[in-house]
Amino acid sequence: MENFIVVNLNNYYKTMKKTKLLTIIGGFSLLLLSFIFMSLDHIDATNVAGTSSDIADFFAFEGDNPDNTVFVATIQGILAPGVVTENASFDENVLIEFNIDNTGDFIEDLVIQAIKRGDSIYFFGPVIPNQTGLESDVITSAPNHIVQISTTEETFITNEDGMSFFAGPRRDPSYFDFNRFIDIANGDAAPEGFYPPGESTDFFVGLNVLAIAVEVPNSLLGNAPQHILESQGTISGLPPAYNVWVSTKRKE
Amino acid sequence: MKNYKNKSYKLTVFVVLLLTALIFVQCKDDDDNGNVIDVISCNDGIQNGDEDGIDCGGSICSPCEDNQLNFDGNFVQEDIAGRPGVNIIFGITDLSKNNYNVSEVANRTIFQEDFQEVLEHYYDIYAISLDIPVDELNYENNIFDWNAGTFTTIMSNYDALQVAPDGPTTYYNATNNLVFTGRYLSDDVMDFTLKLIFGGADGTRFDGNNSTPQLTTDDVGLGDRDFTLSFPYLEVPLTLE
Repeated sequence: MENFIVVNLNNYYKTMKKTKLLTIIGGFSLLLLSFIFMSLDHIDATNVAGTSSDIADFFAFEGDNPDNTVFVATIQGILAPGVVTENASFDENVLIEFNIDNTGDFIEDLVIQAIKRGDSIYFFGPVIPNQTGLESDVITSAPNHIVQISTTEETFITNEDGMSFFAGPRRDPSYFDFNRFIDIANGDAAPEGFYPPGESTDFFVGLNVLAIAVEVPNSLLGNAPQHILESQGTISGLPPAYNVWVSTKRKE
Repeated sequence: MKNYKNKSYKLTVFVVLLLTALIFVQCKDDDDNGNVIDVISCNDGIQNGDEDGIDCGGSICSPCEDNQLNFDGNFVQEDIAGRPGVNIIFGITDLSKNNYNVSEVANRTIFQEDFQEVLEHYYDIYAISLDIPVDELNYENNIFDWNAGTFTTIMSNYDALQVAPDGPTTYYNATNNLVFTGRYLSDDVMDFTLKLIFGGADGTRFDGNNSTPQLTTDDVGLGDRDFTLSFPYLEVPLTLE
């Protein structure tokens, strides 16, 4: 048993506790206001919540072909099955960018850009961006590929030049007892914490999202740099690894 | 005769001036009665007339091809995501979360201090509920021996997914001692993140046993999801049936 469970409070502690409690409640009030409901990145902040640029989650992994890397971004969660999912659409003014740092400085050396035109998503890259950071233009001179946007009824995939492309509604792959986490952050789940097995609820289990998936040969991504945790986390023996992230950018 | 000659001279000068004036009048460009013909070419290299793009579309030219779509414009960042849950777990205020979403990955030093404060706040919540002075219940170095500063620096300053091209992919695998070499759809990333926050040196500090709060797992797994599919690796959307 952890010793904090059996600590006997004396008057000093009681007085201290009240003071600290008020301080913490005050300090946390802002934090608590921001915990509405969200996913692993879904609706994570008020400015972007519920918009066509709101990123829900991001995945990067070795493909079925081990010489490939797969990038998956989910956006515009949370979509209920039925009409809400059927009516969800990508935004022609929102550029979705997969960023790849292959030098270890956390600045993108390559991007794969995706943007909607008509009933399709146009992909550009992997290509060296014209500029790094918060602003981008579409690099129309880059190799490009087109995939028709899938529907709830029909799946379209483009396989070209060793790459694969997909865009459309999919079941939300994220899983987490999100509501209980909010309770924990709010202090409403203390001291128990998460629910025991059988009582927890996966917030995302019945929901859909819009997804973009690209599978790319590693040969198009350059050599990977030393793993960041080798230098920053003092963990040895990790393989070289790209640093990758997804961003959404809206046309001015 | 002298007067006649003088009058004749004046008349000649008048007629010459009048004719000269008429020359300028005739040069005025109002003689086409509105029948202007603007020649439009479908190979002049510019978008003119009713063309939809340069030399394509409209009533005269052939339709625009796909590669003639307009992708012009400057696009400005609104959201960003690297590792799962970082902004949600460690963002201290709405303002801070909004700022995080419009920041560059390589420029996040300013967020580290806030992240560390939030990390300690989680412990304060449980200190209060368990009647322990908040100063006596704190984050302890996690399974990688990261102290609060190192942990929150890795979370804030290096917030990207690391993905190893030579595999294998895992967010964390204790068996082969791999961490952050990618993220499969099936990886229980939130349990691992909770373990780093609440698990202490052996990953079990607040695991719900021995009267501790259960904070190292949410006890939610894949459920009935199928993550064995080929590209795009995601299940078809759920329907109302």
